[in-house]
Amino acid sequence: MPPSPCALCKVNRALILRPKDHSKLCRPCFLSTFEAEIHHTITSSRLFERGERIAIGASGGKDSTVLASVLKTLNERYDYGVELILLSIDEGIRGYRDDSLETVKRNAQQYGMPLEILGYDELYGWTMDQVVEQVGKRGNCTYCGVFRRQALDRGAAKLGVKHVVTGHNADDVAETVLMNLLRGDLPRLSRTTSIVTSTPSLSADGAGKNTNIKRSKPLKYTYEKEIVLYAHHKNLDYFSTECIYSPEAFRGSARALIKNLERVRPSAILDVVRSGEDMAKLVPGSDEGCGGVCASAVPAGEEEEGGCGSANGRSSGGEMATMEDQLSQNEAAKANGLEVEITSSKIKKSEAPLPLTVGKSRKVPKASQPRKEPKKQVMGQCKKCGYLSSQEICKACVLLEGLNKNRPKNHIEVGYEQEKDVNGATEAMKQLDVGAG
Amino acid sequence: MSQAKDEDTVSITVEFSGGLEMLFANERKLSLTIPVKDENGERPNIAFLVRHLCDTIMKDPRKELFVLDDTVRPGILVLINDADWELEGEDKYEIEEGDNILFVSTLHGG
Repeated sequence: MPPSPCALCKVNRALILRPKDHSKLCRPCFLSTFEAEIHHTITSSRLFERGERIAIGASGGKDSTVLASVLKTLNERYDYGVELILLSIDEGIRGYRDDSLETVKRNAQQYGMPLEILGYDELYGWTMDQVVEQVGKRGNCTYCGVFRRQALDRGAAKLGVKHVVTGHNADDVAETVLMNLLRGDLPRLSRTTSIVTSTPSLSADGAGKNTNIKRSKPLKYTYEKEIVLYAHHKNLDYFSTECIYSPEAFRGSARALIKNLERVRPSAILDVVRSGEDMAKLVPGSDEGCGGVCASAVPAGEEEEGGCGSANGRSSGGEMATMEDQLSQNEAAKANGLEVEITSSKIKKSEAPLPLTVGKSRKVPKASQPRKEPKKQVMGQCKKCGYLSSQEICKACVLLEGLNKNRPKNHIEVGYEQEKDVNGATEAMKQLDVGAG
Repeated sequence: MSQAKDEDTVSITVEFSGGLEMLFANERKLSLTIPVKDENGERPNIAFLVRHLCDTIMKDPRKELFVLDDTVRPGILVLINDADWELEGEDKYEIEEGDNILFVSTLHGG
C-alpha cells in the first residue's frame, strides 16, 4: 500500500486512521485534533469553572494518565484557570496497585500536580488483599467497587475539592449502555450516559453539611483506541497490567462485543453512546432533556458503573446490579430506600410505571402516595459511618459488617449466576450480529 | 545484532505493550529473524508473523488473549513502523527488513 498523506496538513505521512470518521492523520495533526475535541467537549458541556479545584481520579492506567496530560495541556493552552490535583485510591492489592501507584507518583512529578493517595485500610480497616483472603477471589470486585465509590468522594472531601473527573472513555460508556440495556435498567442508563453526575456527600468535617461532589467524564466521546494512540505517540508513562484478582473478567462480554462491533464498523461505539443518550432522554424524570449539562446534574446514585475502575471490572458491570438486588432483597422489610422513592417520583410524573430490576419483594409505591414525606425525598445518613446513603446502613458498611463477622457471602454466588446469564445473552447477541452481518 | 546477515531471513523488531507483554514472558521488545518466504513460498506478512509468534514464541497458553478467529484479537492495535496497520493492509502487509511491529492492547485498565 502506498503511504497516504495526512488529510489535514496534506504534507506528512498519515499514521493514524481515526475510528470515528476514517480520516487519515499524521502524528502532529492527530495530537492537536485529539486535544481540540476534548477542549470542545469541556467547553460545550461547560464542565469547568474558572478558579475551580478539580481532582483527577488517577489509577496510573492509560485513561487517567491521558486525561491528566490533556487537561494540563488544555488548562495551559486555553487558560481554563482551574487547579488540577491527582487523587488515587490504594485498594491495597500487592503487586498490582502498589506498582500502578508508582506510575501515578511519577505522573505527579511529570505534570507538576499535587497527589493525594487514600487507602482502603485507613478508610475501611481492610485492604483488598485481606478481603480476598476472607471472601475468596469470586465476588471480591463488588467489595472493591463499593469501597472505591465512597473512597473517591471522601478523598475529594478531604482535599476540599467539589469536582472529580474520571477517565471513562467512549468505549466504557458504550459498554455500560449495552449492559444496562441487557439488564433492562433504564433509570441507570440516564445516570451513566450523562457527562456530569453529582453525588451528595458529606463534607470532610462530617458535621452533616452536605457538599455536592460533581463527577464528570471529559473523555466520554473519546475512543479508547485514540487514547492508547495518544499515549503512544506522546510517549506517556502509564501502567498496564491486569488486576490480579479478576483474571476471568478479562473476557468481559460487553467489552468483547463493543470491540467486535468496532472492528466491523468503528463508528458503532459513538453511535451506541448517542443512542444511550437519546434513550436516557425518554426515561421519565431524567435530567437528560437538557443534555445533562443543566444546573441540576443527574444524581449519580451510590454507584454508577461496574465494580471496578479497571477494564476488567468495567467489563462485568452486571455484578454490581445483581449485588444491589440481593442487598435490597435482604432488606425487603425496610424497603424504603431512596432508590424506590426516586424512581417512584419519576414514575409519578409521567404516570408510566417502569418495570425495574429490583427484587420481587420490593414494592413500587403508588402514585397517590404523598410526596412530601421528607424521609423519602433526601438521602439519609448511614447509621454506622455517617456517610450519605440511600439505605439505613450504607452498602460499604453492610459489606464491612459481613467481613467483620467473618460471614460467608453466599449471596455473591447467586449474583455470579445471574451475571453469567447476562454474559450468555451477550454471547447470543454477538452470534446474532455475526449472522446478520 | 552483530550476527552475519542471512539472505534467507528478515530481521525485525516486535514490541508488546499495554499489558500484552504479560503473554510474552514480560518481554516488551523482541528482535526476531523470520524466513524470507513463508510456508507457501510467499513473502511473510503480518498474518504469518502472528502465527509465528503464537506457535514458537508465546509460552502462555492463553492464545485467545492474543488471537481470535485467526486474526489479532479485537481491541489490540497493531502499529507497523508507527503507522496503524489498517493503513498498511492489515495482516496482508508484507514484512520488510528492519520493520518495527508493535502490538498494543487497549483492553487494560485505566
